Amino acid sequence: MIELKDIFKSFDKMMITKGVSASFEKGKVTQIIGKSGSGKSVLIKCVIGLYPPDSGSILYNGKDYTEMLSEERTEIRKKIGMLFQASALFDSLTVLENVMFPLTMFTEFSKAEMKDRAIECLEKVNIIDKGHLYPAETSGGMQKRIAIARAIAMKPEYLFADEPNSGLDPQTAIVIDNLIQEITQELNTTTVVVTHDMNSVMEVADKIIFIHEGEKWWEGNREELIHTDNQELQDFVYASKFMKRLRQTLMKGGLS
Amino acid sequence: MLMRRVFSKPERWRIYKVRILDEMDRLGVSSIGLVALLSLFMGAVICLQTATNLDSPLIPMSLVGYATRESVILELAPTMLCLILAGKVGSSIASELGSMRVTEQIDALDIMGVNSASYLILPKLIAAVVFFPFLIIISMILGIFGGYIVSVGTGILELQDYLDGIHMEFKVFHIVYGLIKTLFFAAIITTVSAYYGYTVKGGSLEVGRNSTKGVVGSSILILIFNYLLTQIMLI
Repeated sequence: MIELKDIFKSFDKMMITKGVSASFEKGKVTQIIGKSGSGKSVLIKCVIGLYPPDSGSILYNGKDYTEMLSEERTEIRKKIGMLFQASALFDSLTVLENVMFPLTMFTEFSKAEMKDRAIECLEKVNIIDKGHLYPAETSGGMQKRIAIARAIAMKPEYLFADEPNSGLDPQTAIVIDNLIQEITQELNTTTVVVTHDMNSVMEVADKIIFIHEGEKWWEGNREELIHTDNQELQDFVYASKFMKRLRQTLMKGGLS
Repeated sequence: MLMRRVFSKPERWRIYKVRILDEMDRLGVSSIGLVALLSLFMGAVICLQTATNLDSPLIPMSLVGYATRESVILELAPTMLCLILAGKVGSSIASELGSMRVTEQIDALDIMGVNSASYLILPKLIAAVVFFPFLIIISMILGIFGGYIVSVGTGILELQDYLDGIHMEFKVFHIVYGLIKTLFFAAIITTVSAYYGYTVKGGSLEVGRNSTKGVVGSSILILIFNYLLTQIMLI
């Protein structure tokens, strides 16, 4: 479990994250939603330690990450799987080498064991016989799946994803969402996803946090999201006429 | 700050060894062709220019070989070559690291718990410091050979005069001096370019800008260190 207490973060005197407190439970998918520039990605980057917060606490199983020694932080980071918006695969390594990379750095596995584990992870994301390719030779959707395979290679306790569906078609996006959900259940990870994609939210979110202008504006589940009377959240979720009509239909109980 | 991270204890030496060999290939071996070509022509031109400017009968023509050897060993091979390598290798390092930064590959390494500064920069630094002296030795040999080709091919001076000049008052220390300068220049090229690449903020435009800054910065430092080292070692 991860708990955030009063996280503040600014860049060049511009306050981005304004006292966000939240908790992310084990075995659950928490999705953080909000407009572009609302501070979602900065928040998640504070949580994984890429940006040190100006103030506040980030508790990993009760232990404050901001007060940990460098070695303790490294140990936490080894338990983190991260899926970046642009996949962040290593250009110079093949698909198989990318997935094997964390294993070569942090395990005592033999080369054969590492290869077996990497192939197992790639098969889990439905990538078969593509290990010899370089990331540039694969499609955007495939790169996301390879990044998931790399993220789960070390069987992480915490899984983070920064807009995993950006740039993907709706069908591929659902594949990615389902993979994240399956992995969360299978590995019992604490999963946090930053997204704009409301399909994804309605598909896999166990908990939803809405960030508005750097503050936590709302928190709830999918059912509560449909019935919310929070105006900013409504404006964000039901931005299009189609979504507004869909909501009205849902409210009337027209769809199950 | 960055250098402190670069020199902190590596996670896995076994992996670093592989990366050092890989970087030697990418930064050093791949530059041999360029170094050979430049050195041959530089030596040839020095020989030609010196020979055409020595028209006094009181000055022995063997001085052409002497001047070629000294110019190549003391200055052209270590300094000129390293300035050219600052352009080739330095821009390659800065743009590689810059691209990795903007595509979040460096963030990915950090999140995995890998010391990205050490993992990415230290092998380049070691590879350059170890391999550049070999490049400069090749350059010294081929530079002098370039002068030899001119003397044989053009007949502008007698081959024996050139060879006499090459053997005239030869000091091994001058080669040592050239190699010591090379070690400093190799370290300057890799660290300055790596710094500009690693600290890129923004997009592809910034990668290009920082790549240029890396080349300019390392070239200026090479010139300054060239003067200081010469002052310290030769005067």
